[in-house]
Amino acid sequence: MSQNAEKVLDHFTLFRSPEYVNMFENKKAFENAVPVAELQKAVDWTKTPEYRELNFAREALVVNPAKACQPLGAVFAALGFEGTLPFVHGSQGCVAYYRSHFSRHFKEPTSCVSSSMTEDAAVFGGLNNMIDGLANAYNLYKPKMIAVSTTCMAEVIGDDLNAFIKTAKEKGSVPQAFDVPFTHTPAFVGSHVTGYDNTMRSILEHFWDGKAGTEAPLARVPGGSINFIGGFDGYSIGNMREVKRLFGLMGIDYTILGDNSDVWDTPTDGQFRMYDGGTTLASTAAAVHAKATISMQEFCTPKTLAYIEKKGQEVVAFNHPMGVAGTDRFLMEVARLSGHAIPEEIVRERGRLVDAIADSSAHIHGKRFALYGDPDLTLGLAGFLLELGAEPVHILASNGTPEWGERVQALLDSSPFGKGCHAYPGRDLWHMRSLLFTEPVDFLIGNTYGKFLERDTHTPLIRIGFPIFDRHHHHRYPLWGYQGAMNTLVKILDKIFDVTDADTNIPGKTDYSFDIIR
Amino acid sequence: MDLTPDEVRARNSEVISEALSVYPEKTAKKRAKHLNVYEGDKPDCGVKSNIKSVPGVMTIRGCAYAGSKGVVWGPIKDMIHISHGPVGCGQYSWAARRNYYIGVTGVDTFVTMQFTSDFQEKDIVFGGDKKLDKILDEIQTLFPLNHGITIQSECPIGLIGDDIEAVAKKKSKEYDGKTIVPVRCEGFRGVSQSLGHHIANDAVRDWVFEKGADKVAPFESTPYDVAIIGDYNIGGDAWSSRILLEEMGLRVIAQWSGDGSLAELENTPKAKLNILHCYRSMNYISRYMEEKFGIPWVEYNFFGPSKVAESLRTIASHFDDRIKEGAERVIAKYQPLMDAVIAKYKPRLEGKKVMLYVGGLRPRHVIGAYEDLGMEVIGTGYEFGHNDDYQRTTHYVKDGTLIYDDVTGYEFEKFVDRLQPDLVGSGIKEKYVFQKMGVPFRQMHSWDYSGPYHGYDGFAIFARDMDMAINNPVWGLTKAPWNAGR
Repeated sequence: MSQNAEKVLDHFTLFRSPEYVNMFENKKAFENAVPVAELQKAVDWTKTPEYRELNFAREALVVNPAKACQPLGAVFAALGFEGTLPFVHGSQGCVAYYRSHFSRHFKEPTSCVSSSMTEDAAVFGGLNNMIDGLANAYNLYKPKMIAVSTTCMAEVIGDDLNAFIKTAKEKGSVPQAFDVPFTHTPAFVGSHVTGYDNTMRSILEHFWDGKAGTEAPLARVPGGSINFIGGFDGYSIGNMREVKRLFGLMGIDYTILGDNSDVWDTPTDGQFRMYDGGTTLASTAAAVHAKATISMQEFCTPKTLAYIEKKGQEVVAFNHPMGVAGTDRFLMEVARLSGHAIPEEIVRERGRLVDAIADSSAHIHGKRFALYGDPDLTLGLAGFLLELGAEPVHILASNGTPEWGERVQALLDSSPFGKGCHAYPGRDLWHMRSLLFTEPVDFLIGNTYGKFLERDTHTPLIRIGFPIFDRHHHHRYPLWGYQGAMNTLVKILDKIFDVTDADTNIPGKTDYSFDIIR
Repeated sequence: MDLTPDEVRARNSEVISEALSVYPEKTAKKRAKHLNVYEGDKPDCGVKSNIKSVPGVMTIRGCAYAGSKGVVWGPIKDMIHISHGPVGCGQYSWAARRNYYIGVTGVDTFVTMQFTSDFQEKDIVFGGDKKLDKILDEIQTLFPLNHGITIQSECPIGLIGDDIEAVAKKKSKEYDGKTIVPVRCEGFRGVSQSLGHHIANDAVRDWVFEKGADKVAPFESTPYDVAIIGDYNIGGDAWSSRILLEEMGLRVIAQWSGDGSLAELENTPKAKLNILHCYRSMNYISRYMEEKFGIPWVEYNFFGPSKVAESLRTIASHFDDRIKEGAERVIAKYQPLMDAVIAKYKPRLEGKKVMLYVGGLRPRHVIGAYEDLGMEVIGTGYEFGHNDDYQRTTHYVKDGTLIYDDVTGYEFEKFVDRLQPDLVGSGIKEKYVFQKMGVPFRQMHSWDYSGPYHGYDGFAIFARDMDMAINNPVWGLTKAPWNAGR
């Protein structure tokens, strides 16, 4: 018996004790286990160029993708508005999944309801679920707005949200004037970034275009303020606060559209806040009058920006700008649009970042990276790596379109460090596994699921992306702005130094390089 | 100041009324049937269960797909489980349930991988059967050591009229009778995970037992062969259970389904006794094996030393003296460890009150473990229990316990706010709500990334974890000192 009360052993060590190791060995007799030699042969085979070729020949099967479905993005976007309860029309299990997924990443509660459609609704449609669901959600959770999206079930049977919500209002589920923006978010089209786009557009459309025909559309009176849209972003807590700080320093008149940095970061002080912060409904409506809208993530906001542009605003889209040049471009656009200069304090921050890069670049220069994630994040991150003199060798986005691939290629072509680097649109992490075996790199950048690649290929993982389940609190630190670039730089450097130390620590063998100063 | 039993009952009834008062009338009427204060002499908990969730109330429940892929089938390690439909379902359930297993992932085992057919609009419009056909080929090419494949249907499959059974049969023939299991666990079926368990059980019956009946087990039977049914090896639970069964002289020939393999499923009809932990998710197949193969089954509870000892004796009662003596030997062997654990932790936990809301068996099964530590469960409920679960619960709960079936987010928050427990045990969606309120919390689905909690080894961890939750110094810091009086 290895267990003891003084020093309790849990799964980390308990199962390494001899009684368990023996038990595992004996269990194999009942498992029809693959013989060791055959298994080893297969393990080695999966590392070969031949396997890579078969792997890349896949046309139908998707293994370990780095993308989720539309309604996840819908819930993300909806939670950025004041007092808003996301309502997903369709099967209820989906909502349980979205809530779990976000809570595992942010370590925060995520409020969202479902219309709980079942077999009868599949046959007769989900109208009654909408009627009852809106009434219950409204009475129970007292939201200021309910933002409706759909699961694939409701999409396949073709439920008509516009008509359903109208009927529900007629039946008194919620007051006639109560805000219920809606959008269709079929899971079999696009990914979570598409759902973000659809929801953001639908909320703006609701306020700007006369609330589903119940009011007159707002007449735009062009003003001087600037709208800011962050896009689907696992770092939105840190990023939003950083952007607000920068805008504050620049004295910008701005509206953040979709700000969930409070609702996903409430204090533990004895009170659960189901709603907190977010873009007020009044400022969401007033945002139509803005001079311009900035999107930090172009691939998260194509329809939203097209809609805003049609309203007469200038729209400016970035691809998750990171690093010195990325932040420069962002701030210069803000300065241009607002007519406000970039203040000295921010210039100093920039200088400090450049200083830090100069101090450390010897350790990053020429290092080879593989990275994956959402289309904009990978573009922004690749740009920063090139700026650091690193080589972003494999750049993969499961939800990246061919157009994204071209954009990445153009970026790579713009730098000598991009030579021999490639974009992989629409591929998954099992493709990445083959890439890492056949064209190894020094480091991998990705979300938590990258740890499986790290285990298999021994490529050290730097966790940047969404979701991050197995490290805590990184979403509180920005990636944007010079300060965000500093955070990213330090994160990358820490991993490089940890790996270097771990690689030079055998006493009497390699520890001559176990340097105290690096 | 403790309330008298009468006061507790009165308060709990009042809390229920308060919660119901906020609902629209129709909903209040529905929800009222799911909430009750247990009366100690009744044969069930007095609540309705396994009924559709009310729309818009923030039910904590999942779906049939979660019950099949996430619970029953997913842990079978040497089979590939395709999440058939759009990408999301497989993504959100990817490696999230901590079904531990031994194997080389991606080569001979596949549990913590996400295989999806990633449906696009054209698959919805034109059907996904051709794509599925091709997916099965690609799996065979890239993962040749897989021992079988299951097709876990997501919502659209049943709505667009795909014939996954035909594809499975055709491909099985193409691959020399390979086990390919179509599972009709579309998320809109039934009212919760529960129907998914049932559908998954039936799929084992139809596509493993009935179809593979001629497969011969590669070992000689003994009179002491048992199968562990309904243990998903979360954090290693099945392992810390198996070790006790083996120590008492039994031979475990199969684990369902944590760290399980297709061969173990196929061999189970050779068991002399099926021992069933999660009754809710696997009673169906246990009953089937009883009818079809004459294998008796017995429920057991491996949470906390009292229930472990009781269960070891119950299991042993189905065997000869050798096993009965074995059970006593095991109980005696671990007694000093259990005494030490209780001596260490009971003084820190005595009298603490707990509210639970979980799935499967845990709303009742873990009560004994808390009581072994001197704690009291004052409220409990099931996400997807049936009436037979609530009947079984009466053996565990005290008179006056607050019972809540398919609790809504609103109700649960209200109940905890009013009953002021020292600990809440529920899931990830609930965890941060209650921690914000300053209430210690442990996830009782995933063991909050700890575990195992089953068996004697597991109880030590359970006790440690409950202590670290409740006696965490952070709970003394939730109020700023300058606001302490407010």
